[in-house]
Amino acid sequence: MGKMFAAVTLGIAIPFLAMASTYEVNIKDHRFDPTTLTIPAGERVKLMVNNLDPTVEEFEGENFDVEKIIPGKSKAAVFVGPLEPGEYEFIGEFHRDTAKGKLIVE
Amino acid sequence: MLGTAVIVFREVLEAALIVSILMAATAGVRSRNVWVGTGVLLGLGAAFGVALFAGEIAGAFQGVGQELFNATVLLTAVTMLAWHNIWMSQHSKKIVAHLKEVGAQISGGSLPLGYLTITAGLAVMREGSEVVLFMYGVAAGDSSPVEMLSGGLLGAAGGVAVGSLLYLGLVRIPVKWLFRVTGWIILLLAAGLAASAAGYLSQAGLLPSQAPLWNTGDILSEKSVIGQLLHILIGYQARPTAIQVAFYLATMALIGAGMKWIGREPGRRLQQVS
Repeated sequence: MGKMFAAVTLGIAIPFLAMASTYEVNIKDHRFDPTTLTIPAGERVKLMVNNLDPTVEEFEGENFDVEKIIPGKSKAAVFVGPLEPGEYEFIGEFHRDTAKGKLIVE
Repeated sequence: MLGTAVIVFREVLEAALIVSILMAATAGVRSRNVWVGTGVLLGLGAAFGVALFAGEIAGAFQGVGQELFNATVLLTAVTMLAWHNIWMSQHSKKIVAHLKEVGAQISGGSLPLGYLTITAGLAVMREGSEVVLFMYGVAAGDSSPVEMLSGGLLGAAGGVAVGSLLYLGLVRIPVKWLFRVTGWIILLLAAGLAASAAGYLSQAGLLPSQAPLWNTGDILSEKSVIGQLLHILIGYQARPTAIQVAFYLATMALIGAGMKWIGREPGRRLQQVS
């Protein structure tokens, strides 16, 4: 059942996921690096978030809808968009004082 | 400390509101405290489990395990709430008649109340696991444990307090209206959870991702306390996609149809009353 579900899931998921272009962002000392990413408008893109800290972080869009828990010392893919041109902020919910970043969509 | 309190408050609020609504919606059913209480306790245990295996969950299904997990939890809760509403559409008349005798309570011996445990448990598990992860992260950081704990407790107490206020407000509604009101709240709550589940499914790539239909984030942010309350109670979203709106409306229509259909046929028994 689990295997079948996985196969069906991936069968459906891959067409949507495979086309996205990828951008990398690191989390270190509860800060994003780079803090600004420029991505194309009207497209779904993949952000590879690499959490280098030992502590868990929640990647969260401030004015776009994305939420993802990223455990310490691990990578996670966050899919963003399609977005209208403009500036969008994202934060690390668990360290919102320091973990701030911006997407520039053009 | 205040930052910790705010984050914990937001997480606890969601679970507390759902538990309060369940409690009000089953007012007068004597055994509901046990069913809901058990759910809360199991949910707390499960929250630690989910937090512990966050890495494994996130890594499952090629990195979309977390989204699928969230969507599954939400859709299970939607199913349980649908069951509650459809079941109540048949039984609320009897319960109201009972409650009109002052102080009467229904003995829950023959009532299928397991759904209360599951729904309360899922709500506590989902929000609780984030609190556990967050507190663990704070603990591993450089802040003092006393500040962290007091912040966490303050936030949790605030969430529970708002939930209690909602409960106390709801149970003041006269008995003949109470279940109608809680029925509507649960209908909208379930629709909102279904819309959130659709968001996670899009995020996982199982449903297409779309640009939002509208954006009312500047007028009412989902992250404000009012926005948060409305998000839970009626499923308010600042930036819903067409798929999310479709999930919302379809859930409302399906549960509404179920309530009408079952409620109209007093001869139908959803289950054998022993």
